[in-house]
Amino acid sequence: MRLALLDTLLEAQRSGRSVVLATRLGDGAQELVEIGPAGARQPRTIAGVSADQVYAALRAEEAQVAETADGPVMLRPYTVPRRLLVVGAVHIAQVLARTSPEVGLPATIIDPREGFATRERFPGAELVRAWPDQALERIGLDERSALVVLAHDPKIDDPALTAALESDAFYIGALGGRRTRRQRRERLLEAGFAPEAVARIHSPVGLSIGARTPAEIAFSILAQIIDVIRNPGASPLGR
Amino acid sequence: MRALGRSGQLGAMTPTAAGHTSADPVLEQAANWLGEGRRVALATVTRTWGSAPRRAGSHMAVAEGGDFTGSVSGGCVESAVIHAAMEVMESGDPQRLKFGVTNEMAWEVGLACGGEVEIYVEAVR
Repeated sequence: MRLALLDTLLEAQRSGRSVVLATRLGDGAQELVEIGPAGARQPRTIAGVSADQVYAALRAEEAQVAETADGPVMLRPYTVPRRLLVVGAVHIAQVLARTSPEVGLPATIIDPREGFATRERFPGAELVRAWPDQALERIGLDERSALVVLAHDPKIDDPALTAALESDAFYIGALGGRRTRRQRRERLLEAGFAPEAVARIHSPVGLSIGARTPAEIAFSILAQIIDVIRNPGASPLGR
Repeated sequence: MRALGRSGQLGAMTPTAAGHTSADPVLEQAANWLGEGRRVALATVTRTWGSAPRRAGSHMAVAEGGDFTGSVSGGCVESAVIHAAMEVMESGDPQRLKFGVTNEMAWEVGLACGGEVEIYVEAVR
């Protein structure tokens, strides 16, 4: 790999662009294929690879080998990282902020309240001290975003859930006991969301492992998000 | 309410780019080593068969001197890959390696799990 190509690859990732690196395994020839809004294209300098094959590697988020007349070509996708948006800068959020980057989900902590989303409580995390509806509108919830609401206060949680249900977020979770969940469901239905939409919310949040402490609950939430990523459709856990 | 701190920059970012700004840590480390003037080779899992521990596309970077980061297996074949990486740094020619229980070196560097893995090792320069 040429140094200039490595630099371009790193720059693409830092600026949030998805790219696929095509490498001809026989002679080491390489090309970085940029994925634009129009989708994937075929490599210009490496023959025999279709745009569909480039796109398939991107979708699978796993390297794939295309057989060509010039021998095998590895297609290695570098996708825009997923991320975790946490509403409510509470104790569970502190554990999430420390651990979620380890599984490829850097955290953004959102809380409008004085003293909650502080640098001291969240070293290293992205912090947004604003109301969730405004914060999420600016951040832009997309299909690479997971959102979990932990504030336990409808004034903060509801606007976040409303924004999430109107987005393509791949995971939505909300903390709350039975009564909180029932009341929240009623409020969202009253606000006009269909029952199927409200059913997108994972609540009770996290895998059912008997988690009790803030750290245990954080790990159950991360495990549930991993389950959603790795087992789209049907989970071995019976989701 | 106005957002504080780094969030103040959010308005300038494109919606999908905000917060999605981290690069692959193995490639970052490779770039750092190159910046220090050290030679570097990059190993990538190209294909797997059976119960291989790391997915295709997994990276391991190796620096001159033997430092390495990332992984291409559960630790079973890393030593052999580091050895190949040193040769690749020297020659500049990429190598394709394949490990599995059927490999003649199975008792030394094969995969205990029974899977097979193909690895591409290239110099970065």
